[in-house]
Amino acid sequence: MITVEGLTKSYGGFKAVDNVSFECRPGAVTGFLGPNGAGKSTTMRIMAGLTPASSGAALVSGVHYSDIPNPGTQVGVLLDASAQHAGRTGREILTLSALTMGLPMSRVDEMLQLVSLTSEESKRRVKNYSLGMRQRLGIANALLGDPKILILDEPANGLDPAGIHWMRSLLREYANRGGTVLLSSHLLHEIEVIADEIIVIGNGRIVAQGTKAELLQTAGTFVKAGDMSALANALTTAGITASPSGDGGLRTESTPEQVGKAAASAGVALIELRPAEGAGLEEMFLELTSDTQREKNTPEGAQA
Amino acid sequence: MSATAIAIDTNRPGVPMSRLVRVELRKMFDTRSGFWLMMSIAIVAALATIGCILFVPNENLEFAVFGSAVGFPMAILLPIVAILAVTGEWSQRTGLITFTLAPNRGQVILSKAIAAVIVGVVSMILAFAIGAIGNVVGSLLNGVDIVWDVSIGDLLLIILGNVLGLLVGFMLGVLIRNTPGAIVAYFVYSFVLPTIFGILAELVDWFKDIHLWIDFGAAQTPLFDGGFDNGEQYAQLGVSGLIWLVIPLTIGVWSVLRSEVK
Repeated sequence: MITVEGLTKSYGGFKAVDNVSFECRPGAVTGFLGPNGAGKSTTMRIMAGLTPASSGAALVSGVHYSDIPNPGTQVGVLLDASAQHAGRTGREILTLSALTMGLPMSRVDEMLQLVSLTSEESKRRVKNYSLGMRQRLGIANALLGDPKILILDEPANGLDPAGIHWMRSLLREYANRGGTVLLSSHLLHEIEVIADEIIVIGNGRIVAQGTKAELLQTAGTFVKAGDMSALANALTTAGITASPSGDGGLRTESTPEQVGKAAASAGVALIELRPAEGAGLEEMFLELTSDTQREKNTPEGAQA
Repeated sequence: MSATAIAIDTNRPGVPMSRLVRVELRKMFDTRSGFWLMMSIAIVAALATIGCILFVPNENLEFAVFGSAVGFPMAILLPIVAILAVTGEWSQRTGLITFTLAPNRGQVILSKAIAAVIVGVVSMILAFAIGAIGNVVGSLLNGVDIVWDVSIGDLLLIILGNVLGLLVGFMLGVLIRNTPGAIVAYFVYSFVLPTIFGILAELVDWFKDIHLWIDFGAAQTPLFDGGFDNGEQYAQLGVSGLIWLVIPLTIGVWSVLRSEVK
């Protein structure tokens, strides 16, 4: 169980993390989603005791991280897979961690096998590793002490689709055995694939949180026509507010029935008409982060 | 698994110092650059010894010559070893792992200091051993008597002097936490500063009186020059060491404890 309560971190006048509160429960993979610079890494560094909080607290099962004896054996942490001495071999990096935690060297081989790094690869220096290999090494390092809680910052970054799938099964199994997992990502797709519960953060603030099912469940309709401007006019005439959706269609809060009627009465031929659930999380992510995002790229023709 | 099963065990033994020291020692050797830096200590000592045999006139071939020839490069290499032991955690960002596995940063810094001192002392003994072999071989080759004109006490003082130099490097590493910055600072500290103090002592009367109390380098002279003559010299070493080593090291450690590891 990870509990974050009213966590704030200010740098001068800038609040990198602003009164953030959430919980990660055992048995679930919690995804921490937000655009770059939203405060995910800062929050996770505070959890691991590397960054002091300005106010509030991040506790692991009610304990401050720095008060955990031999923490590597209780909480597995991966903060930046690239933060490694480029001149060490992968095996050496795991060996140093195993020595620090007082683990038998057999754990190093077990972990290398678990993350599918071959014996030959493990003897290469990390500067010759791809980002995906560094991520695997970082995960091996986090899992080395057989912790019950995992805190992983952008672990899927640099993994290919097969790698992301592998990570999903790994973390799924870990959570099923009662483990607690918090992982961050700036890519919705990764979080959607891996996480059960989602916390969305933008500009240091939590903008949404809930289970994946809850957040995916958005009432709304996706509609697409051959003549998009005619469709837009038809919807406006019917008093339906719509906004452009990612793949060239429109999204509206109204039901498919209302939208279909409006299009039919205006004689607009539809190509697609369906509940907007599939794309819902993506739109939610864009929507929730748009007013807090750095780039203010409002889609063309968007209605206010 | 129930919620209680995943509670944090606060009674588990922590990470003992001995393990941290072992890890820090290992970190000094496990990269190519680290390994060759350590090797260079032995190589430079061997080269200096060979140089003495080749170029020092026969009548001057005595252990003191070998001792200072192998000792001088140590004054540069050992502080760099100590600097890298500290700054690597920040320059290479390995601190993200080091300080999550051992959140007690004071303990980590102390382990690094102990590991660096161990390396320093062993290196000095190794260098003297190479110098001693050179003394024997050189004297035999040149057909002169083997002269042992340095006592064990003198050797211990020289080792102490080099450990102080290593700790200066360590202090600069902790204070600056950036490899090139700390190395440049070390050269300024150990070569520019003493020169300035020397000039000041020549030109300014009142400074001449306090010179040895302020100049850490000059106050170390007895260590390399056959020992302390009086209590005042100990006191001068203590006072100047307080100013130039203990106080800045304290500030450095304090700032490491409070800083953010990124």
